[in-house]
Amino acid sequence: MKKLINKPENVVKEALEAMALAHADLLKISYDPNIIVRADAPVRGKVGLVSGGGSGHEPMHGGFVGMGMLDAACPGSVFTSPTPDQILAATKAVDGGAGVLHIVKNYTGDILNFEMAADLARDEGIQVEAVITDDDVAVKDSTWTAGRRGVGVTVLAEKIAGAAAQQNRPLKEVADICRQVNANGRSMGMALTSCTVPEAGKPTFDLPEDEMEIGIGIHGEPGRVRMKLTSAAEITAMLVNPILEDLPFRSGDSVLAFVNGMGGTPLIELYVVYNEMAKLFARRNIKIARSLVGSYITSLEMAGCSITLVKMNDELISLWDAPVKTAGLRWGI
Amino acid sequence: MAVQANDVIAWIRTFAESIRENKDYLTQLDSAIGDGDHGTNMDRGFQAVLLKLPDLADKEICAILKAVGMTLVSTVGGASGPLYGTFFLQLGAATAGKPELSLADWSAGLQSAVDGVIMRGKAGPVDKTMLDTLLPALEALKAACAAGSGLGEALRLSAEAGERGMLATIPLVARKGRASYLGERSAGHQDPGATSSELLLKAAAAAWNQA
Repeated sequence: MKKLINKPENVVKEALEAMALAHADLLKISYDPNIIVRADAPVRGKVGLVSGGGSGHEPMHGGFVGMGMLDAACPGSVFTSPTPDQILAATKAVDGGAGVLHIVKNYTGDILNFEMAADLARDEGIQVEAVITDDDVAVKDSTWTAGRRGVGVTVLAEKIAGAAAQQNRPLKEVADICRQVNANGRSMGMALTSCTVPEAGKPTFDLPEDEMEIGIGIHGEPGRVRMKLTSAAEITAMLVNPILEDLPFRSGDSVLAFVNGMGGTPLIELYVVYNEMAKLFARRNIKIARSLVGSYITSLEMAGCSITLVKMNDELISLWDAPVKTAGLRWGI
Repeated sequence: MAVQANDVIAWIRTFAESIRENKDYLTQLDSAIGDGDHGTNMDRGFQAVLLKLPDLADKEICAILKAVGMTLVSTVGGASGPLYGTFFLQLGAATAGKPELSLADWSAGLQSAVDGVIMRGKAGPVDKTMLDTLLPALEALKAACAAGSGLGEALRLSAEAGERGMLATIPLVARKGRASYLGERSAGHQDPGATSSELLLKAAAAAWNQA
């Protein structure tokens, strides 16, 4: 294991301490339980947005705490969901009287911990709604699996729902907008390398030099197909086509196109992928209304990328364009 | 022939030690079909439990079990935190007011604990989860109870049935949790949750063989 760390067990805590120092204008951090909260929380009369999940996906979720996006994030251990006491503390910290929305990625651990926390928060009189993101087309959606994983759409849903909350819209409306983004969004990812959880000390899986994994999740869990490495053009088609067929996206649709790095892939390669994606869209007459390129939902040092598309309308575009001021996303201010 | 509060503490301690010894093994099983954190998470939770045990020495059985459950809920994370937390919280609720546990009390307690796990995780038999160990172990325990077995014998039979259930997860295709995303590729691997549950049953059989 070759990492810039002191002790594996201290990585999450040291990173939180650094966030408090580096972004004191945006957020404040409490420990035991660990929560990252917007500096001016609770904002009176505004719906509070809480998300969370395992650490190792930075900047998600802590990097999205701030004006126009999340009110709090609950970081678990690396690739491990946060605990109910943690989620409850975050929920209480951001409740400004208008209720709290939990944005939860569809993983069994996240769902169970957020459900337990929502039960506890309701017992204390806080109105809580939960939206589950489940956009990964690599996973079969059937009653025989835990359902599709929540991946790239989570970032976009947090931005768009965050803008709706910032406009002081009521809880139900903010939750419905969040669900609308998830319902109109699809993703697929791939890995060129594995990743190493600091406390595990060795790669989660072995991936030979000349092979890649298609359909990877964001926790280093293996994907569905392993094959020989090929060109960016062919890889992009392998990611984009299943996404387009699944929703389906049709000729004339406007999309928010998100090319995301898994943590170990340089931006220049993400742009190569974006270029291939744009060519495929041109052929199918799909219009890119807005785009996001960069590493926003990562898997430690894994090399690879994911593509997320959301079918947009004017309202979603205007919420996407609304000001946001977080460590990870910042515009319009 | 009954389990006292200090026997419950001995069981928790034995289980915690067993989790520590098998930490890497559980993580290795989880790396094959999950996200490779089961051993680390369970060990973190039970090390936190061990720190609490001295304060629980003079407490009632139900209070000890509830404290273990709450500690696990707040320290384990993943799916295992709510599931094992619920297991111990329900076991605690089922043993409320009992100064000691007979074989019938343990059987009823395990039934409540398993019902709690089913309610929280919404899983059933052959989904390739911890229930594949716990359900046959519970059935064996009830059968031993009905046949008039002693406590030591019943716990041994229960742990053995759990072990067969655990081994039977190897060919199964996972239908719950992260392993379900692998589809057919999850077959051929023993389930890590079923394995930690088997350690729990073995710890009870080892700690209570003199009870």
